[in-house]
Amino acid sequence: MFSEFLQYLFTGITIGATYALIALGFTLIYNASHVINFAQGEFLMIGGMATVSLTAMGVPMLLAIVLAVVLAGVLGVALQRLAIAPAKNADVVTLIIITIGASIFIRGLAQLVWGKEYHVMPNFSGDEPIQIFGAVLNSQSLWVLGVGSVLVAVLVYFFTRTLTGKAILATSMNKDAARLVGIRTQVVLMLAFMVSALLGSVAGIVVAPITFTSYDIGIILGLKGFVAAAIGGLGSGMGAVVGGLALGVVEAMAAGYLSSDYKDAVAFSMILLVLFFMPRGLFGAKVVERV
Amino acid sequence: MMAQFSQFRLKGLVFLAIVVFALPLFISNPFHYSLATQIALIAGAVVGLNLLVGFAGQISLGHAGFFGIGAYFSGIMTSNYGWSAIPALIVGAVGVAVIAWVVGRPILRLKGHYLSMATLAVGFIIAIILNNERELTGGPDGMPVPSFDVFGWELSVFGQYSLFGMEISGDLAWYLFAGVVLLAAVWLAQNLIDSPIGRALRSVHGSEVAASVVGVNTAKYKSLVFVISAVYASVMGALYGHFQGFITPSVASFDFSILLITMVVLGGMGSTIGVIIGAVVLELLPQLLADFQEMEMVLFGLILMLTMIFMPKGLLPTAANFLAKRRAKSAGGDA
Repeated sequence: MFSEFLQYLFTGITIGATYALIALGFTLIYNASHVINFAQGEFLMIGGMATVSLTAMGVPMLLAIVLAVVLAGVLGVALQRLAIAPAKNADVVTLIIITIGASIFIRGLAQLVWGKEYHVMPNFSGDEPIQIFGAVLNSQSLWVLGVGSVLVAVLVYFFTRTLTGKAILATSMNKDAARLVGIRTQVVLMLAFMVSALLGSVAGIVVAPITFTSYDIGIILGLKGFVAAAIGGLGSGMGAVVGGLALGVVEAMAAGYLSSDYKDAVAFSMILLVLFFMPRGLFGAKVVERV
Repeated sequence: MMAQFSQFRLKGLVFLAIVVFALPLFISNPFHYSLATQIALIAGAVVGLNLLVGFAGQISLGHAGFFGIGAYFSGIMTSNYGWSAIPALIVGAVGVAVIAWVVGRPILRLKGHYLSMATLAVGFIIAIILNNERELTGGPDGMPVPSFDVFGWELSVFGQYSLFGMEISGDLAWYLFAGVVLLAAVWLAQNLIDSPIGRALRSVHGSEVAASVVGVNTAKYKSLVFVISAVYASVMGALYGHFQGFITPSVASFDFSILLITMVVLGGMGSTIGVIIGAVVLELLPQLLADFQEMEMVLFGLILMLTMIFMPKGLLPTAANFLAKRRAKSAGGDA
């Protein structure tokens, strides 16, 4: 009974950590540019797929990972420069469609290069599972949690202790004021997309041995990340982490105790409930709109 | 000014009618009729969605859910319970209206991305239910839908009909029916836009705060237009199901929701004829791109992105703007 619960909890926290990383990516871009990037999931896909195909070509794992992350970073910058920056005066919904177009484009490219099959990535440190109180913990889960925690810590350091991080924060608070004190906001926007892509690709790589990977894996993962970000409150880093973990755990519990067919429905009902009672999510800023 | 406005609208409707009724002179292939019928029905749903997006300035990323409920309700009632198509369509639409009203009230308090998130969630939940209630909906494999009937008279693509003494095929009959439905949908939408409700909606789009200051009950009007656009989707979904003869949960999928809103934005938010052009373009594009096979997805994404980057106002408004500028230029040259 308890071991069952623990099992679902492990599964939930692992997938929740992935959602949290995706949600952080959303948050970063949202803060810097008020764009919801529907191509966020594609960064995960690129991370996982590029690593798998590079290792299959004989590139050592670590180098393959670095190359995959760099590829995603370049893609993030290209997305901002080529698709978002030229459309700076577009409506919210137009920007959404642009990022959807970009995600279809990236997915199409991935399908051309890597085909439509599912690809399997080996666990980083063997297939031996760990037993805790009768529940089984996949060793890869520890990698996901470990890497996730490190990334969050690095982000916190980046935003509170470095000048570049503070520049991004300043831009998200007030773009014009940031420009007045000499921050090059265009560079900051580019940087936000890049960091967000790096985060996404790393998440995609560490989770790939658990979920497998294919050209279209980004759609549902990206959406879940968006749900997590909205639960936590768009724009809040803390909210993204809490939202991601909460979503993962609720989903795993729903799949375990209710019905696996309806686990996604539970996730989407959860976001509705949260928004009904807290229209700005759990940690969303109380913004007073000036008219 | 106002008279000019409605004159322009009337022109749009007449233009659309001419296109709809002239088209059969140029096509005769059953596949083309089928495609045209499908486009007309989807365009009808898009005209409804445009009321919400283009006029009231709200976003819905879950509209396929309502389309799907319409299609499945009518399909299930006619095939399992022996209902006739018209009552099934009407009861389905009323049901969708109730659902949209109940969900719409709390959702429409949300703004921007929270609203897109909430509508997306509603659409997803509907799609998941349709996928999983296998006994009722056939699950992911879909279900057959009987042909459309009105008082015992059946409209089927395989039938033969006579219209004003002319023998016409079932394909053509369905196309003409769908065309008339689309014209009615446009006519209704335009009347709504020119009514006090329409003016209230546009004021909500302009500035919600200003609208409420001058006494517009913004919450009421937003919910109202949400319900109307959901009913449009439901009715078109029901007809679509009867026309296709077979439906799968893809009619309620997230992809389809995205396609619908993309049609609105690509064609030109707020322009009824524009969004119909959006529907035509996005339905025909995959047909044209099918020749490129593996490149299809890449090209589709690229075209979508480039169009929206360079014509953020949409195809028709950009074209109209371009023509107006040229006209102004040549007029200036004459003077």
